[in-house]
Amino acid sequence: MASYERPTELDHALRLLAERSRVVLAGGTDHFPARVGTAVDEDVLDVSAIAGLRGIVATRDGWCIGATTTWTDVLEADLPAQFDGLRQAAREVGGVQVQNRGTLGGNLCNASPAADGIPALMALDAEVELRDAKGALRVPLDNFVLGNRRTARRPDQLVTAIHVPRLAEGTRTTFLKLGARRYLVISIVMVAATLEPGAGGTVGRARVAIGACSPVARRLGALEAVLAGRPMGPDLGAAAEALHLADLATIDDVRGSAAYRREAALILVRRALDRLAA
Amino acid sequence: MTAPIRFHVNDRPVALAVPPARRLTRALRDDLGLTGTKVGCDAGDCGACTVLVNGRQVCACLTPVAQVAGARVTTVEGLAANGALAPLQAAIQRFGAAQCGICTPGMLMAGASLLARNVRPSAAEVEDALGGVLCRCTGYRAIVQAVMHALDGAVAPADGLGPVGTALPRVDCHDKVTGREAFGADRAPADALWLRAVRSPHARARFALGSFGALHARYPGLARVLTAADVPGANSFGIYPHIKDQPVLAEGHVRFAGEAVVALVGDLATVEAIRDDELPIAWTVEPPVASVDEALAPGAALVHDGRADNVLARGRVARGNVDAAFAAAAHVVEMTVATGFVEHAYIEPEAGYARRVGNRIEVVACTQTPYMDRDEIARVVGLGPEAVRIVPTGTGGGFGGKLDISVQPLVAVAAWVLGRPVRCTYTRPESMASTTKRHPSRITARLAADGAGRITGFAFHGDFETGAYASWGPTVADRVPIHACGPYRMGAVRATSAAVYTNRTPAGAFRGFGVPQAALAHEALMDALAARLARDPLAFRLDHALRKGDVTATGQRLDHSAGLAACLEALREDWTRARADAQAFNGTGGAMRRGVGVGCMWYGIGNTSMSNPSTMRVGLSREGGLTLYSGALDVGQGSNTVMAQICAEALGVPVVALALVTGDTDRTADAGKTSASRQTFVSGKAAELAGRDLRARILRHANAGASALVEFGRGAVAVRDRGTARTIDLRRLETDINGDVFVGEGRFDPPTTRLDADGQGSPYATYAFAAQMAEVEVDRALGTVKVRRIVAAHDVGRAINPLLVEGQIHGGIAQGLGLALMEEFLPGRTTNLHDYLIPTFGDVPPIEVRLIEDPEPLGPFGAKGIGEPALIPTAPAILGAIEHATGVRPAAVPVLPHRLHALLRAAGKVR
Repeated sequence: MASYERPTELDHALRLLAERSRVVLAGGTDHFPARVGTAVDEDVLDVSAIAGLRGIVATRDGWCIGATTTWTDVLEADLPAQFDGLRQAAREVGGVQVQNRGTLGGNLCNASPAADGIPALMALDAEVELRDAKGALRVPLDNFVLGNRRTARRPDQLVTAIHVPRLAEGTRTTFLKLGARRYLVISIVMVAATLEPGAGGTVGRARVAIGACSPVARRLGALEAVLAGRPMGPDLGAAAEALHLADLATIDDVRGSAAYRREAALILVRRALDRLAA
Repeated sequence: MTAPIRFHVNDRPVALAVPPARRLTRALRDDLGLTGTKVGCDAGDCGACTVLVNGRQVCACLTPVAQVAGARVTTVEGLAANGALAPLQAAIQRFGAAQCGICTPGMLMAGASLLARNVRPSAAEVEDALGGVLCRCTGYRAIVQAVMHALDGAVAPADGLGPVGTALPRVDCHDKVTGREAFGADRAPADALWLRAVRSPHARARFALGSFGALHARYPGLARVLTAADVPGANSFGIYPHIKDQPVLAEGHVRFAGEAVVALVGDLATVEAIRDDELPIAWTVEPPVASVDEALAPGAALVHDGRADNVLARGRVARGNVDAAFAAAAHVVEMTVATGFVEHAYIEPEAGYARRVGNRIEVVACTQTPYMDRDEIARVVGLGPEAVRIVPTGTGGGFGGKLDISVQPLVAVAAWVLGRPVRCTYTRPESMASTTKRHPSRITARLAADGAGRITGFAFHGDFETGAYASWGPTVADRVPIHACGPYRMGAVRATSAAVYTNRTPAGAFRGFGVPQAALAHEALMDALAARLARDPLAFRLDHALRKGDVTATGQRLDHSAGLAACLEALREDWTRARADAQAFNGTGGAMRRGVGVGCMWYGIGNTSMSNPSTMRVGLSREGGLTLYSGALDVGQGSNTVMAQICAEALGVPVVALALVTGDTDRTADAGKTSASRQTFVSGKAAELAGRDLRARILRHANAGASALVEFGRGAVAVRDRGTARTIDLRRLETDINGDVFVGEGRFDPPTTRLDADGQGSPYATYAFAAQMAEVEVDRALGTVKVRRIVAAHDVGRAINPLLVEGQIHGGIAQGLGLALMEEFLPGRTTNLHDYLIPTFGDVPPIEVRLIEDPEPLGPFGAKGIGEPALIPTAPAILGAIEHATGVRPAAVPVLPHRLHALLRAAGKVR
């Protein structure tokens, strides 16, 4: 017989997970759509009542975003400009109804190739905090999402937070999403980009992530390397070339052919960089 | 079961001892009886279930009831304080922002959360806040206006007089904005069992059923597993009396993935818990006929044994010598068009219940056609039609999709066999997999013109994929060739069609019956020929527009009401300016390109060459109350209001004086189906005649002349005629079964003739005409298209209610935009409302409507129809605008970004 636990303490939740595998439920925005018209006999761990899991706090070297922080929480939080891209992504997650319930931790754990939050957080060098009854560890987001709907989380672990480092003063970020309609659309391509300023009007560090093109969102390391040290300017995007996207294992489906995704991703990367560098 | 979950709903404390994982939608609807919160998808895709939790909008379908413990939940039932509508509810009514009403509670809740913190939102703020709610009827613009202006301050209430020609808010809106209207899934007897159909996962297969004994042993809550053998009457249904080719439950083999095989009947938890793979069904899968090409290939497997060539029906219209026209032509242009399945995507999935009452069966369900349902259910249950009562519920959108029966035969058979009420609500994936779609088409068409640029010939063939079952396939095959040449003088015409069976989802009726597909072809040809001749596309259309006195391709002379030229003239100024603006914009360089296109259409109102009468009655009770008994079903388009306005005008009373009884086959007469844009024209005429008949009966009773004044009072009617006055005391007269003492009846059957083998004759009594213009912006680097503005000019004969007419036009344009740019149902792949995309708040641009009233003498006060005409010109106008912007004309829809990008790439026009 299915059980439903809704602990208020994190330790309690971790003990329950140590007992046996349970379906972790937070905002429910991915949970219920997977259960349309069926009654599933399953043990549910509802983490929404654990107060310490929700909210954003500044830390010594950045920010700690609790796993059950919602997209609306992100939009309403007092956060600096380096979060512009994440805020833009937050506005693209479903409708306001979903932004009010959907959580950042859930978005990562669901690990959809089209998850809006993943590229935006990748471009911030975010790390995922995993906790079990024995302790916690941090995993870079790139190492956390392993594949379509697959993550590094063990059944006895809970994602408890996302850590975002403080980037250089003057860092700008953006997020662009391409879909076939305005609202409530699953991305064909997403681009998240971060430019940290360097000396003398150049790019210091760049981070560029592409989502919805491959089973797992990907950082474009080769492009990032090329961008570092370039002068900031409205034509920075011209530095991006097709070869920088060459190792994306591009998805080919009803939303867009693989060839189209590659071309569109390059266009969006260029536009994102032009916008940030202008 | 754990401790009760306590929270507040609409300021009332509640405690529910239910499973904590239960969706809040279920807790509200099933446990608390608050059915104003609607379920459209159960997946957060449509927003119909939007409620407020602590003041914030959430999808109740995504919220486990455990998580509202201690919270304040507000539903649509909580908006009106002490019976007075909240300002937003009143604004929705005033702006015509609710049509079918199924999305209205979600819109209201999302809007309420916005207005609570922003009393004068901009259009963009409204779109952002309400963008999570889908509407399939309104095209959103009226909703944006209603929210923006909800708190503008005091507005004079509508006077309820509503003479013909006035923008009276819909008469049935109050229940839509309060959540009181009951739709298919909203009410059922408390002891009703639930039915869930188990459907084929295979497109074509044979199967054998084993014993259900083990299943019953495992699930005590399972009352019965129904199979084909349990159907008491004929296990077949279909629109045409001679083509009942679809089984209620499959008999040994299935023809499409989604076909019902057996039906589980029991308590809800049980029928939901049983997994399909627990059923003892042994499948032998066969290769399906997966496309029209496969179906028409020599030696193809047959979808139906009796159809040797897999062709269900053919249509043909031929006039003049087409071959000679092409042989002598100075110019010939040719086009191909390809379209896919389009899903109706009404926000209300099919739902209803049936109960046995003695030796009668009652079916209470959403529908577009109660009388056809009655006859179909009678046949399936093995009863006479008089033993079946259809009681339509509110219908949350239809667009043709609820002309076919869905849940009705299943629940009727189950209730009849089990002797208990049985209900069924389709899930969204079930609705999408099993119900009809717009016919996919592939069309080739050619135009010939002489040296002077005059069109001399038109040739057309279209194959329309009707899928596994006939449904409305013959209607499409008939209607397309008649309309194929568009609303133009084309000289010689040869237009043919075929409806082809395949092992895919059945295609049926969808707003336009194939004409929107055909319009893509004739409008592409008109643009191509105009370009060849270096003519302006709008002026070129005007040169060839059908006008009064012209003869159509079927040989019918248009004696009245042919306002296409006036529609085009109404666009001309905008057209000229917008084309110039686009040209100026495009001179500035960059990836963005703007373009302006025009689309025209004509549409025959009512059935094709077939009797389709409506009968309407209006009664006067002993107390002096007037009741309109209308079998014309309002599925959101507004016929309740229009019938009342027409009948009231004929009677000389204000609309508020008329009570309304609709749809119930025991209480109303047959007013045909809500389809073919026929209700205003056909049933409206019957409503007018009914009003006049009632008046005539009263005058006869009073022995008064035709010009006498009739005043309806309490229990009495005063008749004044040339200085004499007479009062009829109604309380002394004998009443009929409805309590009426006088009943007026009107019947109208639009005059048509049969078509001969060349399609010659008068298939319709009247035609609607329209021209729309679309302005788009194309991103040539990404292949995306943004529609910036639409201007729509429609000849409606007479706008009985301009507010409702505009609502139909807006909604039709939204669906036309979806057809052009994003909508494509792929069986087995796009089974929900996040993979199948319909336009959202941000996709439908500002729309300007220009109403042309070229009166139709046969229609009520000159009116024709508008439902389907609204949709038909939009996609061609958008495609024309894309071509104007980029030089590339897509031949296939939807023009998804990757497809346009590929076309631009091939033409060397990517930038």
